[in-house]
Amino acid sequence: MSEINSVGIVAQQTAHFNQPLTLKSGDVLPAFDLIYETYGTLNADKTNAVLICHALSGTHHVAGKYSPEDKNPGWWDNLIGPGKPLDTNKFFVIGVNNLGGCHGSTGPASINPVTNKPFGASFPVVTVEDWVNSQALLADYLGINTFAAVVGGSLGGMQTLQWSIAYPERIKHALVIASAPNLTAQNMAFNEVARQAIITDPEFHGGDYYAHNVVPRRGLRIARMLGHITYLSDDAMGAKFGRKLKDTIKYSFDVEFEMESYLRYQADKFAGEFDANTYIRMTRALDYFDPATEFDGDLSAALRKVTAKFLVISFTSDWRFSPERSREIVKALLDNELPVKYAEVTAAHGHDAFLMPDEHYHAILRSYLSKVEV
Amino acid sequence: MSTDINHLYRQDFAIIAGWLGFGSKALDLGCGDGALLSYLQDGLEVKGYGVEKDDTNWLAAMQNDIDVIQMDLEAGLSEFEDNSFDTVILSQTLQAMHNTEAILQEMLRVGHEVIVTFPNFGYWRNRLQIITGNMPVSKDLPYEWYNTPNVHLCTIHDFDALCHQLNITVIERKVVTNGNDVSFMPNWFGNLAMYRLKRSN
Repeated sequence: MSEINSVGIVAQQTAHFNQPLTLKSGDVLPAFDLIYETYGTLNADKTNAVLICHALSGTHHVAGKYSPEDKNPGWWDNLIGPGKPLDTNKFFVIGVNNLGGCHGSTGPASINPVTNKPFGASFPVVTVEDWVNSQALLADYLGINTFAAVVGGSLGGMQTLQWSIAYPERIKHALVIASAPNLTAQNMAFNEVARQAIITDPEFHGGDYYAHNVVPRRGLRIARMLGHITYLSDDAMGAKFGRKLKDTIKYSFDVEFEMESYLRYQADKFAGEFDANTYIRMTRALDYFDPATEFDGDLSAALRKVTAKFLVISFTSDWRFSPERSREIVKALLDNELPVKYAEVTAAHGHDAFLMPDEHYHAILRSYLSKVEV
Repeated sequence: MSTDINHLYRQDFAIIAGWLGFGSKALDLGCGDGALLSYLQDGLEVKGYGVEKDDTNWLAAMQNDIDVIQMDLEAGLSEFEDNSFDTVILSQTLQAMHNTEAILQEMLRVGHEVIVTFPNFGYWRNRLQIITGNMPVSKDLPYEWYNTPNVHLCTIHDFDALCHQLNITVIERKVVTNGNDVSFMPNWFGNLAMYRLKRSN
């Protein structure tokens, strides 16, 4: 079924930008690359484009495979394809790797043309606002004036919200999933622990580990384990692992419980493919995002110029981006009398639920997107 | 006598529509599949939002192009500011609410006006079933006592008394049976009570 509805074999593309991009921090990137993928066909009027904004560890590879043998399709492959909820027979879908990423777009591991060495620690701290501005430049590059929809979960939902604020005339529909208008202190605290794990790893070298040919693996591993715990619900972990032992209790500190085995596997996998400098920047972008700041904390005021129609979705067991936080977005939209539909999906998987093909969740997306005019 | 459910609903809807201004802003609590809001949006260009807890109803409402918010009314209406709607509607849902007083107060806080409709437990057919020894089961009260979601059934007299006690002004009251106005002994002969309310002062 999913094979039949797959977008098939895909290839990434690179957009090079020679114009300088001034970041929120005041730093300027004189030039940069954005790596992206597209699925479906852009219509003649260029009105059927949908932008997917990725979350903390996401990439531009949202759907499809790179080869017939490829075992790992894009991270939201269950959503995107011909006949899937985000139907590529109708929409032209774009996945982009954010600035500061480690999958091809200009980031800390990229070569700084001025020094001919990796940016490393000198790569600026990028924000959600910066990402959205760079995504708008990619839209210009592709000749897309207005997105039929911008879609994002978690940190991707923050970008979607920012799109509706920064470019109200360029976004018709905003699908904000498992997200929040800012992070709570507890949520930021998790990020700080993750960053501390990385930064205090002796092999971090202040962010310039590339020159030493090492990777702060220990830090990245711990950061990822911590993240994983918070993306799952207690119930989901209980159902998946419970207190199951791999063998018997050995009175040691080796892997004894199934849960430990899983965490270590995820940590190793992540540390082998993700860049530590990107990780600490992505978490910082999460921390900094708060569109209400400029309006004395009044999110409703921050959304005053928004014109997009919204679909906001949260998941009952998501404690990292809880339904209450989504309802803050909904309230601000209601205060502005904007069109908004809000679903609180009953799901056991915690924050990760937004990536799962839950039947009701996908029915919502399918139904909503089928009514989006292109 | 016609028992066409759509026909009955339209009578119900028409009375509610008559209490709303053209282009007004309405909030329908427990909006179900959004049939009432669709009717109001089509006929009166009402700017409407719905609130619905049930997944299936929520999805149906969304498919009917309703701006529908999934939340539990029992938790209050904290997403909605004071006086942010011209009219807040609770159509045939009051009897299933646990916290009856609280939702009435919340509706009066959020809306300039409030419309509440409920099946009149004092309707003679209900009384007859009780006299004969059974809990009423009918088209309007289609549940058995053991599976009913209705926890706070009341009569028109009961609701009048509650309005008085809570100092709520009744702007208008309509009592209908099968779509027809009932003015003679409404607590006996009316099966659907419809109230248009506002805060007193």
